[in-house]
Amino acid sequence: MQTAEKTLDEILALAAAHFKVSRERLSPDDDFFKALGIDSLQTLDLLTKLENHFHVELPDYELQGVSDFRTLAGKIQARL
Amino acid sequence: MLDLRQYTCLGAALRDALDRFSSEVCLIEADRDREKVRLTYSDFKEIALPLARALEDADFDPGDRAAIIMTNQSKWLISAYAIFYCGGVIVPLDYKLSAAEHLQLLAHCKAKVLVVEYYLWLAIMRSPDFHKIATKMVLVTEAPLGAELAGAFRWEDFKRKGAPDFVMRQKEDIACIVYSSGTGGRPKGCVLTHENYLEQCRSLTAWYPFWPGVRYLSILPTNHAIDFMVGFIGPFVCGACVVHLRTLRPELVRDAFLRYRITYVSLVPMIVKNLERGLRTKFAELPGWKRAFLNAMIATNKMLTRRRPRVRLSRMLLPGVHRAFGGEVLALITGGAFIEPSTMQFFYDLGIPVANGYGLTEAGTALTLNDLKPFRADTVGKPLPGVELRILSPDADGVGEVAVRSKTVMSHYLDDPELTLETIVDGWLLTGDLGRFDRSGHLQLFGRKKNMIVTEGGKNIYPEDVETVFDGLPVKEYSVFAGNYIWPKKELGRESLVLVLRLEQNQKFDSKLQEEVSRQNRRLPDFKRVGGYLIWDKDFPRTASMKIKRQILAEEIAAATDRGKVVAL
Repeated sequence: MQTAEKTLDEILALAAAHFKVSRERLSPDDDFFKALGIDSLQTLDLLTKLENHFHVELPDYELQGVSDFRTLAGKIQARL
Repeated sequence: MLDLRQYTCLGAALRDALDRFSSEVCLIEADRDREKVRLTYSDFKEIALPLARALEDADFDPGDRAAIIMTNQSKWLISAYAIFYCGGVIVPLDYKLSAAEHLQLLAHCKAKVLVVEYYLWLAIMRSPDFHKIATKMVLVTEAPLGAELAGAFRWEDFKRKGAPDFVMRQKEDIACIVYSSGTGGRPKGCVLTHENYLEQCRSLTAWYPFWPGVRYLSILPTNHAIDFMVGFIGPFVCGACVVHLRTLRPELVRDAFLRYRITYVSLVPMIVKNLERGLRTKFAELPGWKRAFLNAMIATNKMLTRRRPRVRLSRMLLPGVHRAFGGEVLALITGGAFIEPSTMQFFYDLGIPVANGYGLTEAGTALTLNDLKPFRADTVGKPLPGVELRILSPDADGVGEVAVRSKTVMSHYLDDPELTLETIVDGWLLTGDLGRFDRSGHLQLFGRKKNMIVTEGGKNIYPEDVETVFDGLPVKEYSVFAGNYIWPKKELGRESLVLVLRLEQNQKFDSKLQEEVSRQNRRLPDFKRVGGYLIWDKDFPRTASMKIKRQILAEEIAAATDRGKVVAL
């Protein structure tokens, strides 16, 4: 199983690529709504990309109240 | 459909619908590409009645209240029917609220029973205030076998053999208590009667009928007034089918249109805009000649549907677009928040009418709706049958507060006679929204008189509910306002909240304080967050009991400064 650090790093890279922002501008504790300039619907889009990448399924409710990359990574890591 | 004039309560209408349409499919529940549940009206009855019997045996009496906190799924509707069957009152709570908010509202409505999904119950059990819960009987759906439920019952096991006794209710009896705002300030529990719902259902289905074979995609939360009506009561009394999705990922919603050949769907403006964005991107990617052909077909469709929708013709002219929506969509229903007229026009020109309307929880569901005769993207439609609307104290442009009188208007606010008296005056409900009628009788909305915002996701946000998150902020005093309440403007959309800060003497708004404000703001769900802050240099006016005089403060701020002084957070 890959490390939590690697999971977080891959999430940041995927988010940067998907929403076309520089990877360097994103850090683990960023509010992703703000850092990526996205709304909650676009966040669900991102979640689908992450599910496909990590081969996990995350129910929508797992994302409720989550707004930073680190917490999101924790949710995915728990299912790897 | 059933003739609703002969019924005095929703339970009786639903009971007859289950018998009359017994072999029709009433519910489909899908999770991604997996179909989890498919029930006929007869199956639905078979599951609901043992639950009703178990509730009866557990002393759930007529008039008792049962709260439901669940995402959209079959067990929501089955539980609701069982509660109505026993003569109970449903309190649909927003599953997106926090556990602390759920506990506050459960206490406020004095719910005797709670039906809740396992993951939401886990959050409630872990809340520091869990010990205060007074709801004695809790039914938890989808709990893993052997899970610790703190005395709650597994919904799936909560059933009894034997026919339950149907409890008839009268029109004036309470059917539901629906909260139209959160908990930080003053919980506004709208008490809605059986008559409110029966009348609303009659008027809505007169313009947008359901029938067996119609498939309604239920995406808005069922606790929301719109989905409760058009994603449950409306389709059921007409023998139609409701499709639930357990996930709202945009691409899975698009798949559902195709797989289930959806007829109607209700969407908040944010999702309609997302669909528009997706289609525009696809159109832009077409090779030049195909794009030119598509534009020509859209122009032709626009010309031929100017007076009224002609869905069959539109499907022939624009087959690719209609296939992407499953080929059978009759209308996208939208409401609950402002939607850009250009977005509605975009879909109408493709031959997919957008039935936009205007309503509020206090008045059932909808007061006006676009009747598409002809389609008017710049209005929220005409008053529904039985709804009287009036513009109070109109200004030179004819704009004033919208007031409504209708059998769909709520009875009162729960345990708040003072607020009820302020809101329902001489039989007219004061909506707090500003509008006017155009020459053809369509209502146009221009803004709000009240201190609140409505997000694109259809959420009503009251500043008082948000303020508590800033408790302990190291400043002299602070308050939260709807920007448009301070600086009124005659338009809707792009509404945001402003945090007004009064600093201590000699205190500076430095980066540390800014970080603290941002940190506390992030504790709120994204749709509730404050958009910016304003530094104010005078003490807040207060009442003798030290409450902030919000209106006076807003007027003082508006007189001394403009919206440009708000700094984005």
